[in-house]
Amino acid sequence: MIEVKELYKKFGKNEVLKGIDLSIERGGIFSVLGPNGSGKTTLIKCILGMVLQDSGNISIDGKPLKNNFKYRNEIDYLPQIANFPGNLKVSELIAMIKDLRDSKATKDEELIELFKLQPFLNKKLANLSGGTKQKVNLVLAFMFDSPLLILDEPTNGLDPISHLRLKNLINSEKEKGKTILITSHILSFVEEISDEIVFLLEGKIYFKGSISELKKKTDQPDFEHAIASILSASYA
Amino acid sequence: MKKTFHIYFLVALFFGTFTGFAKTITVCSSCSIKTIQEGIAQASEGDTVLVKKGIYKEINITIDKSLVLLGENLPTIDGEDKGEIIKIVADNVTVDGFKIINVGTSYTEDYAAVRVIKKDGFLIQNLQLEKLFFGIYLEKSNNGKVLNNKIKGDAVNEYNSGNGIQLWYCKNIEVQGNTVENVRDGIYLEFSDNILISHNYSKNNLRYGLHFMFSDHDVYEYNIFENNGAGVAVMFSKFVDMNHNIFKENWGTAAFGLLLKEINDSKITNNVFQENTVGINVEGSNRIEYSHNDFISNGWAIKVRGACYTNSYVQNNFMYNSFDISYNSGMNDNVFNRNYWSNYAGYDLDKNGVGDVPYRPVKLFSYIVNRTPEAIIMLRSLFIDIIDFSEKVSPVFTPDNLVDEHPKMRKINHDRS
Amino acid sequence: MLKILKYSFYDLMRSRWSYVYFLFYLLLGVVLLFLNNDLSKAVITLMNVIIILVPLIGTIFGVMYYYNSREFTELLLAQPVKRSSIFLGQYFGVATSLSMSLVIGLGMPFIFYGIFNSSAIWDFSLLLITGAFLTFIFTALAFVIALSNENRIKGFGYAILLWLFMAVIYDGIFLMSLLYFEEYPLDKFSLLATMLNPIDLSRVMILLKLDISALLGYTGAVFQKFFGTSFGLLLSSAMLIVWVLVPTFFIWRIAKQKDF
Repeated sequence: MIEVKELYKKFGKNEVLKGIDLSIERGGIFSVLGPNGSGKTTLIKCILGMVLQDSGNISIDGKPLKNNFKYRNEIDYLPQIANFPGNLKVSELIAMIKDLRDSKATKDEELIELFKLQPFLNKKLANLSGGTKQKVNLVLAFMFDSPLLILDEPTNGLDPISHLRLKNLINSEKEKGKTILITSHILSFVEEISDEIVFLLEGKIYFKGSISELKKKTDQPDFEHAIASILSASYA
Repeated sequence: MKKTFHIYFLVALFFGTFTGFAKTITVCSSCSIKTIQEGIAQASEGDTVLVKKGIYKEINITIDKSLVLLGENLPTIDGEDKGEIIKIVADNVTVDGFKIINVGTSYTEDYAAVRVIKKDGFLIQNLQLEKLFFGIYLEKSNNGKVLNNKIKGDAVNEYNSGNGIQLWYCKNIEVQGNTVENVRDGIYLEFSDNILISHNYSKNNLRYGLHFMFSDHDVYEYNIFENNGAGVAVMFSKFVDMNHNIFKENWGTAAFGLLLKEINDSKITNNVFQENTVGINVEGSNRIEYSHNDFISNGWAIKVRGACYTNSYVQNNFMYNSFDISYNSGMNDNVFNRNYWSNYAGYDLDKNGVGDVPYRPVKLFSYIVNRTPEAIIMLRSLFIDIIDFSEKVSPVFTPDNLVDEHPKMRKINHDRS
Repeated sequence: MLKILKYSFYDLMRSRWSYVYFLFYLLLGVVLLFLNNDLSKAVITLMNVIIILVPLIGTIFGVMYYYNSREFTELLLAQPVKRSSIFLGQYFGVATSLSMSLVIGLGMPFIFYGIFNSSAIWDFSLLLITGAFLTFIFTALAFVIALSNENRIKGFGYAILLWLFMAVIYDGIFLMSLLYFEEYPLDKFSLLATMLNPIDLSRVMILLKLDISALLGYTGAVFQKFFGTSFGLLLSSAMLIVWVLVPTFFIWRIAKQKDF
């Protein structure tokens, strides 16, 4: 599904990605983990075409990304910080994104129902709380049926019930055979839903595999300790 | 007896009206008299020569008797570019109602459509002159009238074109209601005194709409001067009264509404100067009263060059001019008082209609433009406004006493009834 | 691009700032006309407002809009939309809504005053058209500045500096050089210098209407041709269009190469 080869990127003097090779197959939930500044967001932005790599190739379904924007029709993206034009109403924003994607098969109503957003539909986005904005953000990300879903910190600002609903939502998307890429700091959430994790460290892939493989490799009984041991090993 | 009386009466009436003192001689293509010159030859003093509609190809028609040359339904006299057309060499001649075309052009002689030489009491009216060199040329002639003529030339170059109405050494003449266009100078006066020029319309002339030299005690009023090459020039004269004229759209590098050069003791009142490059260009003129004039949308309303003393500018409206007053010296002996300046930005706290802060009509920028004319392109730039403002606050370059102490807050409504 | 333009425009048309801007012009028009009751004077005052204030507002608003909509821009970047379309769409959205506030805000009082029956209608239309051009030019310049500076404070600083330079400092240098080189023929130089600053360019375009009488007083042949014929108006209009196109091209180019 996603092929990343020899990906390099630096911002000024700061080398963020130092040769990433990654291939993600179709179907399943992949979590991208790593300490702050390890290049998670940059990697995702490269895949989305928001950051242009210095060298290397990315292709999705065999098609290279360069000078191509239509492939983003196949991706649903949930950005980390949800900030929308304040003078639009929620319903208008949803209509607008639909309009931009020319996509007919949507399930926005279902999602609005799920996150109980009906009372907010006619409110301006500027007047919404952070959590509600995140819910709108989720609706925008999940309402299309694209084969690839990229979620950047999806649990930000959500209340426990919504959190639960999100988990169910992610699982049901996975069952439809979608590929889902997640970054998150909440390890319990990652552990619960991930099929595989990709661990980035200093711009390189340190580990890619299932959680049980990680535990085996680090010789730790649980996920949290496994992660901690990687970090302490690398900073030792 | 009674019948005879009737016949006598009728005969007397007939002769009394037409021939008793004057008879009428008719000229037309089918009449026995076929040319105007022949008609004049047949006439005696006091007669009327009536010319019927038609085209008469004649030049050098000399009127040597006191008679009326009257055109019926505007007959045309065509000079075929050969020379002068009508020459008046007798007193009390009237020429009325002709169209005169194709006056000859010469570099040695000033051919005119109608010329009066050293005679009195003429009346020249209702003529239409076209394709002419000089139009109506009055030479050392007095006490005459030039009324309601239409003169339309096709002048292209100054050196081979003539003037519409020219007065040379004349006295007591009225020039009224004429329209003059496309000639060199619309109306030209030299050494002519006590002339009244009124209600004329002079436009699109190559050089001046009205040109005035060495002529004193003249009045010109209610004329319109529009889009002439250089506007109106009044030079080397005194006691000239200019009122109720309109000077407009005289544009160009050396164009102005009115040029005053060496003019003394004159009055300029109730005129309108609109959209001229320079409204009035004044050089070496003293004791002139400028009052109740409107200066609207001119490049420079008044440009003062050289020495001008004891002039007064009172109760004029200065509106939307790029520059109100420009001086080229740092000295001022003229009075500005109670004018309305649309550029005035002061206030009137005591509500007496007069601004509480004096107005300085000369801008620093006008000095800059005098020095570096290209700087005109920076007109109305914020930077220029800033330096003008600082000059206004503390004058360094502009004459310190050049102020209107009593600027009006509202446009002055002139009483021009 | 049109879709982005449409939404940016909708968003702005509802924003408080558009109303403030619109009301400001409405008020200005009303005050100028009905307190003064002098159309020609109003047109002259408006010219000063337009060549100074419009660029300032265009610059500040452009920079502000860009920085405020950064996150939203990122959301758009993840959508299947061309990058250049996003930025050009936003730019045209901002510039169009600002121009409309200007044109409608000033136009309404003038229409009520009876501009259509007045000879000043051409001066006035020219003012509004130049105002719209200046909005487009300075908003584009603002976008270029904002796109090249991640740091908002720096971005705002440069934007204000740009305005100050174009509105005041440039003319100061211009005048000094005219005075310094006054022995040389300067008409070509001064026309060129005018063309290179959109504020001067717009000012001269309005001068062609308001002060033509004064401008025709200059003797140089180049000026004569420029001011005396329609050549001047055509050339300045063409230059204004170039002034819109060049920064727009830079928006397009920077947007294409930038990381978000």
